[in-house]
Amino acid sequence: MRRYLIRRLLLLVPLLLGVSLVVFLIMHLSPGDPAVLMLGQDATPAAVAKLRAELGLADPLPVQYVKWVGRIVRGDLGRSLWTSRPVFDEVLERFLATLLLTAASVCISVPFGIALGVAGAVARGTALDAGLTLLTIAGISLPVFWIGLVLMVTFSLHLGWFPALGMTSPAGGTSADVLYHLVLPAVTLAAPSLAIIARITRTSTVEALAQDYVRTAFAKGLPGRRVMLKHALNNGLIPVITVVGLQVGQLLGGAVLTETVFAWPGLGTLLVRGILARDFPLVQGAVLVVATLFVLVNLLVDLSYAYIDPRVHHV
Amino acid sequence: MRTSTPVSTTYSFAIPRAPQDAGRVRRRAFTARGKIAIGAVGVGLVALTLLSAPWLPLTDPNQIDPPQRLLPPLSPGHPLGTDELGRDLLSRLIWGGRLSLATGLAATAGALLIGLPLGLFSGYLRGATELVAMRLTDVVLAFPTILLAIAIVAGLGPSNLNAIVAGIVVGFPFYARLVMGNVLSLREREFVLAARSLGAPLGRVLGVHVLPNTLQTVVVGAAIDVGAKIIAMASLSFLGLGTQPPTADWGVMLASGREFVTTAPHLATLPGLGIFLSVGLLNLLADGVTERVSGRRDASWR
Repeated sequence: MRRYLIRRLLLLVPLLLGVSLVVFLIMHLSPGDPAVLMLGQDATPAAVAKLRAELGLADPLPVQYVKWVGRIVRGDLGRSLWTSRPVFDEVLERFLATLLLTAASVCISVPFGIALGVAGAVARGTALDAGLTLLTIAGISLPVFWIGLVLMVTFSLHLGWFPALGMTSPAGGTSADVLYHLVLPAVTLAAPSLAIIARITRTSTVEALAQDYVRTAFAKGLPGRRVMLKHALNNGLIPVITVVGLQVGQLLGGAVLTETVFAWPGLGTLLVRGILARDFPLVQGAVLVVATLFVLVNLLVDLSYAYIDPRVHHV
Repeated sequence: MRTSTPVSTTYSFAIPRAPQDAGRVRRRAFTARGKIAIGAVGVGLVALTLLSAPWLPLTDPNQIDPPQRLLPPLSPGHPLGTDELGRDLLSRLIWGGRLSLATGLAATAGALLIGLPLGLFSGYLRGATELVAMRLTDVVLAFPTILLAIAIVAGLGPSNLNAIVAGIVVGFPFYARLVMGNVLSLREREFVLAARSLGAPLGRVLGVHVLPNTLQTVVVGAAIDVGAKIIAMASLSFLGLGTQPPTADWGVMLASGREFVTTAPHLATLPGLGIFLSVGLLNLLADGVTERVSGRRDASWR
């Protein structure tokens, strides 16, 4: 286990370097000169050249990349072209809102996804199972932003049960108020992952139920509930962990859409604003932070997987 | 495979507290064949409607008619009403659907065309090729899919074509990994070894012996992937990063309809319904196909 842990931690370095290279290249191979963008279209060529030199844009690309990585490692993500504030501060401010939204969605999609999946496996072949199958297919066929819009129209505009936009009321700011605002976005974001988790859980539980040791457990007369909990689910849920981990990561991406629909003040809305304003340092910073988080979540999932299923790190 | 496969008794006793009635054969409520039939007919109908758009009696989807703006559905001359500029909603839905589905298909096809050869060569040649392919896909997979797509479009500039490029970049690792895994086991099989020992050139070994044996997996993978790609492309349009207005696709229509959710909710709900219907039917079809091909009665999904 320790060797596996060390190897995975070492692999993290080239992976994060690769991620930063991709982010760097995307932003630097794009058309449009940041210096021109900052100064406006009618700046003199001399002024543009001067700013390019100041920003380090005149250096060859590899030199720029190395310098950029050097700054990132020290926590300097540059300054936003739009607000002139350090990108690090902008990202940090929004980070908690996205984390809260993602965590709330995980709390919905994981328990409900597993419960529905197990229910489908147990009721395999019945109308209940068919209904759940249809429901999960619907879940992955619905665009997140449309679910959000429909929920918003129904539950806040028509029924008035929940607020439609934002994270706090103008007067509020208490944690109860934030939770109240959190309900619709969290349910929206959770829906597709819930469907995928339910799906995988059903398949792997069905497979576990077909194993010989489950048959043995039944044959020696153990009650069904005990067989399910002690024998079938113990092993049946192992593959689910991988999917849950992947979904947690994908939720970070899906948050961009959900946040846009509900005007949730997180990294997603920050990112979209940055893109539309062509604020490259901001976009770079936000993408880099979310991608790093995603890599770390995936690592944690792989490690917990190896911990639960010792076969993994012996391969 | 028969239409209704009886659930074997090995399973039926695994159902807790289920009554044991050995004589009765339980029928599957929803068979693979049923899913394929409903999915295929539905997808066919959607495709037929969208493809026949030029011959349908539709008004120009971009023709503005401000006095007739925001008409409700079932208005004379406009079966589904009009949008905020008086453009016919039915016409925009059909033409927009063409673009949405075509964009999703293009992104899937592009990802397949890059991922399939990459997986084929890296899995067969192994060594340095495999290492490069693995690290390349590792880096792409280190991003949440939609986030990387957004970043790429942010770099290249918002447009329908750039959205497709983004879709291809984020999508090719799925196929590369899928094919690679398949080829890694195929290359050790006797018929491949036999072909090699008979002196068949690389192209022949791969093209005649390896490739055909990976196609089944690829087709199943692609069937599941298309729906996801259609949604991803619509998401980019929704964020203003894909197709640019006034050209309509379902994502664009949803985004502009958002502002009228209180007064004219059908502007945003109908395009969403379009996505749901077409992707849902595609997924139903894919689910049935996966179930049949895998030979199991339970499709495993990613």
